[in-house]
Amino acid sequence: MTDQTASPADLATATRAAHVGRGPWVTALRKLRSDSAAVLALFFFLVIVALCLLAPLYATYVAKTDPFRSNLSGKIEVGGETVPIMATSTEGLGLGFTPIGPTWDPTAYMLGADAQGRDVAARLLYGGRNSLLIAGASTLICLILAAIVGLVAGFFGGWIDWVLSRCLDVLWAFPVYLLAISLSIVLISHGVDIGPISINAGSLALPIFIIGIIFVPYVARPIRGQVLSLKESEFVLAAVGLGVPAYRILLRDILPNVTTTLIVFVPLLMAINMVTESALSFLSIGVQQPNASWGTIIQDGQGLLYTRPMVAMAPGIAIVLTVLTLNVFGDGLRDALDPRSKLRIGTT
Amino acid sequence: MLLALIRRVGQMLFVMFGISVLVFLIFFATPGADPAARIAGRNASPETLQAVRLDFGLDKPLPVQYAKMMTKLFITRDLTSFVNRGWKVIPAVMDVVPVTLSLVIGAAVLWMAGGIAIGLIAAATRGSLLDRSLMMLGLIGVSMPVFWLGEVMNLLTQSRLHGTWLFSWVPPLGYKPLSTDPAGWFLTLVIPWITLATLYMGLYGRVLRANLVEAGQEDYIRTARAKGLSETRIMIRHALRTSLVTIVTLFGLDFGALVGGAALLTEVVFGLQGIGKLTYDALKNLDLPIIMATVMYASFFVVTANALVDMLYVVLDPRVRTRGRSN
Repeated sequence: MTDQTASPADLATATRAAHVGRGPWVTALRKLRSDSAAVLALFFFLVIVALCLLAPLYATYVAKTDPFRSNLSGKIEVGGETVPIMATSTEGLGLGFTPIGPTWDPTAYMLGADAQGRDVAARLLYGGRNSLLIAGASTLICLILAAIVGLVAGFFGGWIDWVLSRCLDVLWAFPVYLLAISLSIVLISHGVDIGPISINAGSLALPIFIIGIIFVPYVARPIRGQVLSLKESEFVLAAVGLGVPAYRILLRDILPNVTTTLIVFVPLLMAINMVTESALSFLSIGVQQPNASWGTIIQDGQGLLYTRPMVAMAPGIAIVLTVLTLNVFGDGLRDALDPRSKLRIGTT
Repeated sequence: MLLALIRRVGQMLFVMFGISVLVFLIFFATPGADPAARIAGRNASPETLQAVRLDFGLDKPLPVQYAKMMTKLFITRDLTSFVNRGWKVIPAVMDVVPVTLSLVIGAAVLWMAGGIAIGLIAAATRGSLLDRSLMMLGLIGVSMPVFWLGEVMNLLTQSRLHGTWLFSWVPPLGYKPLSTDPAGWFLTLVIPWITLATLYMGLYGRVLRANLVEAGQEDYIRTARAKGLSETRIMIRHALRTSLVTIVTLFGLDFGALVGGAALLTEVVFGLQGIGKLTYDALKNLDLPIIMATVMYASFFVVTANALVDMLYVVLDPRVRTRGRSN
């Protein structure tokens, strides 16, 4: 009789939650919904994803360009006048060409052209698809690997734990970009052939795989820690005592208890992976030409930085907005699911 | 205490060994292509390939290759590039170390000072508009790719606003040695420092604020308040001191990440000929010996730096002596 303020309605929800057995999830969802910044961030993120998915429609029906083919001699109509996409440069010796700048007209090179006369706006949308795909897929790979390593190391202990933990120590101490650079330069220069699997050098699978593994220790270590303490909890001891097989305990008793941690990592990892992808692509060891990603477009724009800054600025703004929405949403999600956690992974 | 220190050194050596094996396996044992073809660079002649095979002992078993590689890197230090025929790699790496250190140390000073200031101001004015805008700015800083921020800075300071009084002092991109031209050294590095520090300032400000807010609920803070100490004194002498432990831990980790990551990108964007730029140029030429050397030396540096930070803890903080910090 300590709680005298509980209203019948509260009691009703409490019992219902107990019946359905989803109490924490419902509470978390409710908490998340009341966090207007997180909801807004998620909305903007979904808008960005939708826009990028619509890239082919934009390129075919609105801009009417092929963002993957160079177009050095083309002409377009801007405000009734016909202008070449690549104008003869007025700077220096007048030998080079300056691509057309932003016209702000969605039907004709809205954000201008890059050094090869390709529509920056259309490439931005196509590039976004690759950036988002790589960020998402590598997050998935990272979480799956980290969950397996963390669960196995924490649960089985002994020499398995020792070996896995030492591997994590090495990966953890290895600066992520140096690891990514080593892997990328070796894999991307010649592609990969492992038995029947053959991945060519331009495949998106390479950056996805590379970014997927470099952050594994950052997730696996907290998971392992959680599993270690869960292993001592009464319900696991009871299951062990009842003779439940190990794989069943792992999947039915322990995994559900670490899923919140894994979920909290999703937006934050996606944000970091997106920045990492852009950095690798900028160093020309991520997404390969003629494919685009936001990082490669920034790289394309580097030579045009002072004449046509939009080529490098637009994808950067896209990255900042996307990563910002992910970070804000991630903060909200963490507060909702796991308010006391102090999860943090370094961004670069 | 001595035991803890020895254990930490042992761990450091183990991690170094692990990293060297991993790097070796990545470069020499990744399935797909002939390692000689990778090391020799683009369109290498059969003679070059043969020279590479001989030089790295590629016809011998893997452990022998590993030993040969490590000897070349750390003992005889005569690893040579095959893209720039005969170019000794290790001296080339050592030559550019001052550039990278200038960049990283300057930025670190700036971001520690800025991050602590932001964290303190935000925590002191918790809930106010200032607090919220500082935290939002911090989050934007964290969300920016550092190389893109560098390009924005270049666009403003080298081109668009270079004519105005604000940025007319910014020299052209490049590095000037501290020993011959101290003023030039400082001026060329100011913008790169700010760029690199922006990212971490936001991060540290946010972490410190959270820590200070949490510390505000601790008993010893309540005691300090009850003693009638001023809020400023409580914040700086009591709350900040304990929160700094977290910040220093972060610093140890990030400093490493920085040497091998953000600093590389910053060097590329600002044309600073440091280890990062050297690695980048090697990436462009597919000059693998250079990359092996920079990766190995930079990660060993990072591992050593982290171990030193940890050992500093053991000396400073009695609680760490009995339990490991990393687990």
